[in-house]
Amino acid sequence: MTLGPQPDNAMLPHRVVMSARSMPGYAYGARSPIWWGTVGFAVAEGMGFAIAAAMYFYLVFINGNWPLSAPPPDLLWSSLFTVVLLASIWPNQRAKRDGEREDLASTRRNLVIMSLFGVVLLVIRVFEFGTLHVRWDQNAYGSVVWLLLSLHTLHVLTDLGDTIVLTVLMFTRHGHGKRFSDVGDNAFYWYFVVASWLPIYVIIYWFPRWW
Amino acid sequence: MSPDELRDDQVDGPELTARLAKTWGTDKGIIGALSTVDHKVIGRRFIATAILFLFLGGLSAILMRMQLALPENRLMGPDFYNQLFTMHGTTMMFLFGVPIGEAFAVYLVPLMVGTRNIAFPRLNAYAYYVYVFGGLLIWVAFVLNIGPDVGWFAYVPLSGPEYSPGKRADFWAQMITFTEVSGIAVAISVIVTVFKFRAPGMTLDRIPLFVWAELINSFVIIFALPAVVTASATLMMDRLVGTHFFNPAEGGDALLYQHLFWFFGHPEVYIIFLPATGWVSAIVVTFSRRQAFGYIALVLSLIATGFLSFGLWVHHMFTTGLPQLGASFFTASSMLIAIPNGIQIFCWIATLWDGRPVFRTPLLFIVGFFFIFVAGGLSGIMLASVPLDTQVHDTFFVVAHFHYVLIGGNVFPLIGAVYYWFPKFTGRMMSERLGKWHFWLAFIGFNATFFPMHILGLMGMPRRVYTYLPEMGWGSLNLFTSLGAALFFASFVLFLYNIVSSARRGAVAGPNPWNAGTLEWASASPPRPQNFDRIPVVTNREPLWAHRDDLPVVAGLSVENREQLVTTVTDARADLRETTPEPSIWPFIAAIATAILFIGSMFTPWALVWGSVPLALALMGWFWPKPSTEDER
Repeated sequence: MTLGPQPDNAMLPHRVVMSARSMPGYAYGARSPIWWGTVGFAVAEGMGFAIAAAMYFYLVFINGNWPLSAPPPDLLWSSLFTVVLLASIWPNQRAKRDGEREDLASTRRNLVIMSLFGVVLLVIRVFEFGTLHVRWDQNAYGSVVWLLLSLHTLHVLTDLGDTIVLTVLMFTRHGHGKRFSDVGDNAFYWYFVVASWLPIYVIIYWFPRWW
Repeated sequence: MSPDELRDDQVDGPELTARLAKTWGTDKGIIGALSTVDHKVIGRRFIATAILFLFLGGLSAILMRMQLALPENRLMGPDFYNQLFTMHGTTMMFLFGVPIGEAFAVYLVPLMVGTRNIAFPRLNAYAYYVYVFGGLLIWVAFVLNIGPDVGWFAYVPLSGPEYSPGKRADFWAQMITFTEVSGIAVAISVIVTVFKFRAPGMTLDRIPLFVWAELINSFVIIFALPAVVTASATLMMDRLVGTHFFNPAEGGDALLYQHLFWFFGHPEVYIIFLPATGWVSAIVVTFSRRQAFGYIALVLSLIATGFLSFGLWVHHMFTTGLPQLGASFFTASSMLIAIPNGIQIFCWIATLWDGRPVFRTPLLFIVGFFFIFVAGGLSGIMLASVPLDTQVHDTFFVVAHFHYVLIGGNVFPLIGAVYYWFPKFTGRMMSERLGKWHFWLAFIGFNATFFPMHILGLMGMPRRVYTYLPEMGWGSLNLFTSLGAALFFASFVLFLYNIVSSARRGAVAGPNPWNAGTLEWASASPPRPQNFDRIPVVTNREPLWAHRDDLPVVAGLSVENREQLVTTVTDARADLRETTPEPSIWPFIAAIATAILFIGSMFTPWALVWGSVPLALALMGWFWPKPSTEDER
C-alpha cells in the first residue's frame, strides 16, 4: 500500500477518448436533470398527500360514523374547481408543446393563460373552504378535511407563483434557451397538481356520501 | 455556449487547472463563504456540524450516565433529566444520525460518480443552512431552559396541548420540520446527481457501492420523511390552532401519531444504517485489495433493506394492543430484514477472506462494526418476537439493543470513514498510532457501557427514570456502565485530538494514499473546486485500478462557464453539457426566511402568511437568472 507524500497532481495521466463539443446545452423532459428533480419533489409531496389521505381513512376506521357532527361538504364549488382544473390541462399541454418548439409568442400567451387559471382556481378555492360545513377545530373530521384541502391549495399557490415568475421571465431578455425547458418542467408539475386533486376531491366530497 | 468560448480541448496542464479553479472557485470573505455552492465546502460543513451534534449528544449522554451511576443520586432533578434524554435522542437521531449520511453523500457522491458538482447546488446549500438553523433552534431552547422534555418521539398526549403547555414541545416539532425539509432536499439532489451526472460509462453495475447505498438511502428518505413532517406539523396544529388529530374526545386518536411517527421512525434506523453500509463497502474493498465479493447481491440487499424498512414500524408498537394478525405480520417482516443484512455481512467477510486485508485504522473500525452490529442484530431478532418484546418493553434491554445497532451500525463505520477519507478532505493523513488507541478505547468503552444494559433490562430496570432505589440491586451494573461511558467518551476526545493535530501536522497524503480504486481518488487531495480537470470515462467498477497510467477522459467542456456533463440514466451515455448555477447568497437568505416562518408559526398561524412573503422574495432572487452573453445576443 502506498503511503506518504505523493505529487499533488490535479489530474492523473490520461487520454482523451470522447468529445463533448457537439453536445447540446439543454434538453427537454427526462433528458434534463431538472425534470428528475421535479419528479423527486412530486414523489415526496405525493407521499405527503398519501399520508394525509391515510390519516383520513384511519380516522374513518376508528370513528365508524362519518363525517363527524357535520353534513358532507357541498359539491358546487369543489366540482367547479375540478372542472376548471381539468380544463387547464389543455393550455398547460400547449405551453409544454410550444415551449419545446421554442415558439416564444405562443409560450408567452400560454403562460399568461395558465397564470389566469391559477388565479381563478384560488378564488374558487376560497369559496370552496366556505362550503365545508365544518371548522378545523370542531373535531377530527374537520381537522383532516382542512388539512387535505390546505395541502392542495398550497400546491396550487406555489405552482401559480412559479408560473408567474416564469411568465415574467419569458417577457424579458431571459426568454430563450433553457427557459423553454423550464416551461416544460413547470407544466409537468402542474399535471402533478391536477392528478393529486382527483383522489382528494373524491375523498373529501364523495366518500362521505357513500359511507 | 459561445462558439469562440475557450474549451478544455484547447488548453491543458497547469493552465487548464488554474483556469477551471477560477471558474469553479468561491469568492473570499463572509459573503463568498455564505454564497458558496461547492458541494465539497457544503459537505465539509455538513460533516463538521453533524459531528459537533454527535459530541453534544454524547455530552448529554455522559450527564445522564453521571446521574444514573449511583442509586438515589441528586446530581439533577427529573425535569432536567427529562430534557437531557429528549435532547440526547433528538440530537442523535435528527441532528446527527440522518444528516451525517447525507453529509458524506454531499461531499463524496459527486466525486465518486466523476462530476464537478452536486445536482441543484443552491438547493443543497439551502438544505445545509436550514439544518443548521433547526439544530440551533432546539439547542438554544435547551440552553435557555425551554428545551423539549417529551422524549425524542414526543408521543401524544404527553406532547399535546393539555400535558405540555408552554413552548417546549413546539421547539421539538418545528426542529423536526426544519431538519426534514433539509433531508428531503439533499435526498433529491443526491438522486439526480446519481441518475444524471455519472461519468460516461458508469453503468448501473459499475456504480460504487457507497453511491448505491446513498441512492437507496435517498429513496427511503423521500418516502419516509413526509410521514414525520406530517406528524410534527399536525402536532403543531393541535397545539397552536386547536385541531383534533390526536384528541380522542373529538374523534382523533393518539395511536395515529405513533403510526405516523414510526412509519418514519423505523425506516430512519435504515436511513442511519444504509450510508454506513456504503462506508463499510468502500473500506473493505480498498483494504482487501480486491473488488467486492457479490457486488450484485450487495446492491440487491440494499434495495431489499430499503423496501423492507417500511414494513417494520409496528414492531415499535407491539405493546399498544394492536390486533394479533398485525403483530404476527410485523414480527415476520422484522425477522425477514435480517436476511439482506446477513447477506451484506457475509459478502464483506468473503471480500476480506478472499483478499489481502491490511489492518489499518479504518478497517479496524469496520471489524469492530461486524462484532457490535451482529450482536445488536441478534437482540433485534429477539425483540421482533412479541412475547419477549412485551416482557422487556421500555427497559434498558431495548436501550442496549438499539445502541448496539445504531452505534455499531453507524458510528463505528463513520469513524472508519473519517479515518479513510480524511486525507481526501484535508490532504493529510491521520495518526495511525492514535487511531489504534482510539479503536481499542472505543471498542472496550462501548461494550462496557452497553452490554451491562442488557442485564439491567432483564433485571427490570425501566428506561427514562432519573434515579432508582438501592434495594433494586442495579447499582453496581449502573456504576460499571457509567465508567464504560466515560471510557467511550474519552475515545471521542482522542478522536477529536487526532483530527485537529493531523489536520495541522499530519503526513501529506497525495491524491490516492490508500491506493483505492474509485474516482474520488482521481482528484487532488483536497480536491480543487472543479474536482476533475477533465471528466473521467469509466470502464470498470474500480477505474483507478483498471487504468493506473492512462485514465480515459472526456474533453470539450467550457473552461469559462460552469459546465457539467449530463448522461443517460441507465447506461450513462454522454448526452448534454449543462451549465450549473453560480454561487448565490439567496439560498442563505431563503433559509433565514424559512427559519422566520417556522419559528414564527410556533406562536401564531399568521406567520405562515406574512412569513411566506420574504421566503417568496428570496426564492425569486434565487431563481432569477444572471444576465449572460447569450441574453445579450
